[in-house]
Amino acid sequence: MDFAGAYSWPNVRYLLEGFLVTLEVAAISIVLSFIIAIVFAIVRYMKIPILSQLVFLWVEMIRNLPLLLIIFFVFFALRDVGIKLEIFSAAIAALTIFESAMISEIIRSGLMSVDKGQIEAARASGLNYAQTLRYIILPQALRRMVPPIVSQFISLLKDTSLAIIISLPELMHNGQVIYNSKSTYIIPVLLLIAIMYFVINYALSIVARRLEHSR
Amino acid sequence: MLQNILDIWSEYNGEYIGGLITTLQISVISLIASLLLGTVIAIFCISPFRTLVIIGRAYIEFIRNTPLLIQIFFFYFGLPSLGIQLSAFIAGTLGLTVYTAAFISEAIRAGINSIPKGQMEAARASGLTYIQAMRYVVLPQAFKIVIPPLGNQFINLVKNSSLLGVIAGMDLMYHADIISTNTFKTFETYILVAVFYLTITVPLSILVNWLERRLKHA
Repeated sequence: MDFAGAYSWPNVRYLLEGFLVTLEVAAISIVLSFIIAIVFAIVRYMKIPILSQLVFLWVEMIRNLPLLLIIFFVFFALRDVGIKLEIFSAAIAALTIFESAMISEIIRSGLMSVDKGQIEAARASGLNYAQTLRYIILPQALRRMVPPIVSQFISLLKDTSLAIIISLPELMHNGQVIYNSKSTYIIPVLLLIAIMYFVINYALSIVARRLEHSR
Repeated sequence: MLQNILDIWSEYNGEYIGGLITTLQISVISLIASLLLGTVIAIFCISPFRTLVIIGRAYIEFIRNTPLLIQIFFFYFGLPSLGIQLSAFIAGTLGLTVYTAAFISEAIRAGINSIPKGQMEAARASGLTYIQAMRYVVLPQAFKIVIPPLGNQFINLVKNSSLLGVIAGMDLMYHADIISTNTFKTFETYILVAVFYLTITVPLSILVNWLERRLKHA
C-alpha cells in the first residue's frame, strides 16, 4: 500500500473530476426520473384504462431486473439493433429507466396513503378533481414521499458506479484508471472513493432523517 | 428475432442454466451469511454497551452509503495487494454479504424496536417465562414486521449478484457476456438473461406482496 503516492494531487484531482461526473449524471437522471415517475404514478392512480396496465407491466418488469442488465441493454444491445447512444447519454438513459420505475412506486404509494374519505369529503365540499389533488392529496402525499425519494437519490448516486462497465469517466472508473497504473494504490484509492461517496450520501441521509422527523 | 433467441437458447442452454444456478447459489449463501451478520450488528445496536452501539451504527452507515461495487472490488482486487487471493465467487459473495447485512440489520432492529416494551413486561407479569414471552408474544409480532423487508432484501440480493459478472463471477451476467461475444447477437442474448432474472424475481415479489398484505391483517 502506498498512501502518499496514491493521494498525490494529480490523482486526487482526477478522482474529483470523476466525482463531478458522478454528481452530474446522478442529478440529471434524478430530475428526468422524477418527471417520468410523476406521469407513471398519475396514470396508475387515475386508473386510465390500458395505459395503466401497460405502465404497471413496465414498472414491475424494470423493478425486477438488475440495473447492470439495463445498462447493458441501453448501451450494447441497442447498438446491436442500430441505436447508438454515447456513453454519457446511455448512462443517463439507463439510470432514468431504472430509477423512474422505483420512484413512481414511491409516488404512487404516497398518493394511495391519503385516506379515501378525505377525497370524498373534499369533493362533497365542492372542490373539483384538480383542486382536490392540488390542495388535499398532494400536500399530504408529498410530505410522505420526500424521505424515500431522498433515499432513492442516495441509491442512484451509488448506482452510477455501475456505469464503469461502459467506461463512463465517473468516480469508480477514474479510480480504476489510477490503480491499474500501480497496484499498490488499490486499497488507498478504493478507500478515498468510499469516503467521497460516504460524505455526500451521509449528508443526504441526515437531510432525509430531518425531514422525516419534522412532520 | 424470436428465431435468433431460440437458436441461442438451443446452443447455449447449458451456460444459461449454469449461470442461473450460480446466481441462485450466490444469492442464497449471501442471504444466510448476511442474516447472521445482520443479526449480530442489530444486537450490537440495541445493546446497552456504547462501544458496541457505535461500532454497529458506524458499520451500517458506512456500508449503506458506499456503492456495493467498491466492496466487491475491495475483496477481489484490493485483498490480493495484501497477499490474500480470493476467487471471484468468494470475493463477490463476501462483498454482497457485507453490503446486504447492513440493510438487514436495519430491518431487524426496526422490527424489534417496534414492539412496545410493555408487551414483554405484561407477558412476564402474567406468568410467562422470558423465553415463553419471547416465543409467544414478542417474536411473532417482530417477525410480522421483519419478514417483508427481508423478502425485499432477497430480491435486491438476486439483482445485485449480477455485479459478479463484472469480476468474472460465473453468474448469469458473466455467461451472457461470453455468449454475446460468441454470437454477436447482444440484444437476443440479453433478452434471455432478462427472462431468467424475471423468473426468479417476479415470483419472489408476488410472494413478498402477498405476505405483506396477509401479515398486516393477521
